Amino acid sequence: MTKSLISVPTTNSDEPHFRRRSKTWEGGAAKWLFLACALVSILTTIGILVSLVINAWGFFTEIPIWDYLFGTRWSPILKPRDYGVLPLVSGTLLVTLIGALVAVPIGLASAIFLSEYAPDRLRRIIKPVLEILGGIPTVVYGYFALTWVTPQIQKILPDLLVFNALSAGLVLGLMIIPMVSSLSEDAMLAVPRSLKQAAYALGATRLEVSISIVVPAALSGVIAACIIGISRAIGETMLVTIAAGATPKLTLNPLESIQTMTAYIVQLSLGETPHGSLEFNTIFAVGLLLFFMTLVMNVGGHYVVRRWGLRYE
Amino acid sequence: MRSPSSFNHHLGRRKILGSIALVVFMSSVVVGILGLVVLLAQVLFQGLEWLSPELIFNFPSRHPEQAGLKAAIFGTLWLMGLTAAFTVPVGVGAAIYLEEYATENWLTRLIEVNIANLAGVPSIVYGLLGLALFVQLLSLGRSVLAGALTMSLLVLPIVILASREAIKAVPETYRQAAFALGATKWEVVRSVVLPSAYPGVLTGIILAMSRAIGETAPVIAISALVYLTFVPQNPLDRFTVLPIQIFNWIARPQEDFRGLAAGGIIVLLIVLLSMNALAVFLRNRYQKQSVE
Repeated sequence: MTKSLISVPTTNSDEPHFRRRSKTWEGGAAKWLFLACALVSILTTIGILVSLVINAWGFFTEIPIWDYLFGTRWSPILKPRDYGVLPLVSGTLLVTLIGALVAVPIGLASAIFLSEYAPDRLRRIIKPVLEILGGIPTVVYGYFALTWVTPQIQKILPDLLVFNALSAGLVLGLMIIPMVSSLSEDAMLAVPRSLKQAAYALGATRLEVSISIVVPAALSGVIAACIIGISRAIGETMLVTIAAGATPKLTLNPLESIQTMTAYIVQLSLGETPHGSLEFNTIFAVGLLLFFMTLVMNVGGHYVVRRWGLRYE
Repeated sequence: MRSPSSFNHHLGRRKILGSIALVVFMSSVVVGILGLVVLLAQVLFQGLEWLSPELIFNFPSRHPEQAGLKAAIFGTLWLMGLTAAFTVPVGVGAAIYLEEYATENWLTRLIEVNIANLAGVPSIVYGLLGLALFVQLLSLGRSVLAGALTMSLLVLPIVILASREAIKAVPETYRQAAFALGATKWEVVRSVVLPSAYPGVLTGIILAMSRAIGETAPVIAISALVYLTFVPQNPLDRFTVLPIQIFNWIARPQEDFRGLAAGGIIVLLIVLLSMNALAVFLRNRYQKQSVE
């Protein structure tokens, strides 16, 4: 959106003109081509909505949407068949909640440490390490949850099943720490130095400056970071597919094996369900609900920043 | 307002509280780093003994000691090559439009909000889009082409955002100098902006590709089948990729396949870390140049 200070001549009346006409034509074509590239992103959104809605429509013509949204039993393949999505939603929310309980406090504390306490040199070492944590593929986290975290917890809680919501949630939390921490740190670093200096001048300790000045001033960014991190956790797929199990269950007991919405989509994709069948269309109905859940959170996150974000010039 | 005489500053208690808080904050950072260390240690501990030439050069097999990643490695190469071929022109083009051509109007705002929201859509939803649009509607089947088109849409926001940052960093004076010499907008973009922004754009592309290599969920929705004993010969062939093969091995009950999965993870992480190291290297070199 940079506006050049000098306007480019588009007419070719001035001498000398060096093939000006063909150049203008070229420039016009380039502009439209670039615009088309930018429009691909809009087409993607439309494509996602249309493909989800059309295929989910095939599902909702046979199953009333009310039974889908509020049914408490999910068994689309095995008889007796039931299409209530609540067990999948509760599975998703349970794992997400455990993840948030890990990631939000640890992420925020890390952000406070990095922005207010850590000397520059230490921060320059820690940040890339946390970035690595954010760049590890989610299958690897799934492997870690299944082969290390679960056996460790089983030493304390022998009743824990091999597939369970607890270790999936804990590792999910580990996975989104970098996201929560780096987004909140950005918000905290944007708090003007003068505000902090004023508090120090009044005799506040570093902790008091952090808690009563920096966090409140950066609150919109911090909340947005948490919302975006949680939205990421809701959409996370491979980790929960590997470690949380494949038994849709309406429960809030973290020691049980559950199934999340995303894991159900993967489970059905792996099988050879014929395209266009009712069972196959369930994944689009689940996908549509998942899309709206994350959309609401992301829009909410951006809204918090726009609405309550304090601007310091 | 308190009068000075009643002011009780409890300095000792507040300082102790501050020290406790420091320990808490520091240990939070340590928890994150410790998680990473334990994760890497577990993978190395389980997987090192499975690193062998067979792991790289063999097709998958029912016998863990003969099973390998050949189909997955070639599938990943195909997927990445095609994804880059689709994403790079479109992503950089969109970034050029938004930075150089777009005026402040509703369409521009719509595109920007849209890109920000697309970045937050779960990757499995992209898989469903690819399944409905490329696999079924366009009849591409469960092919590497359908997978690459899906993956391109997934990483497009990353490439656009990184390219915009790089283009934004090109000094305005460069453009003005070129305009003063009589260049058209398009010539300025082609001969001044793009060459200067090139390292930043390249960094963004590498990061987007390293994200794509580790993505599993959308590719599972497209490719489904995970047992392949051939290498894709053309874009319409079926395929599998590294993380899917690893997932397949993790999902088996036998202990040996878990080890094999750890071996596969080591291969995947080495590829990822070298791509990230390259990106960091480019970024550092670029930053030094722009200071001059």
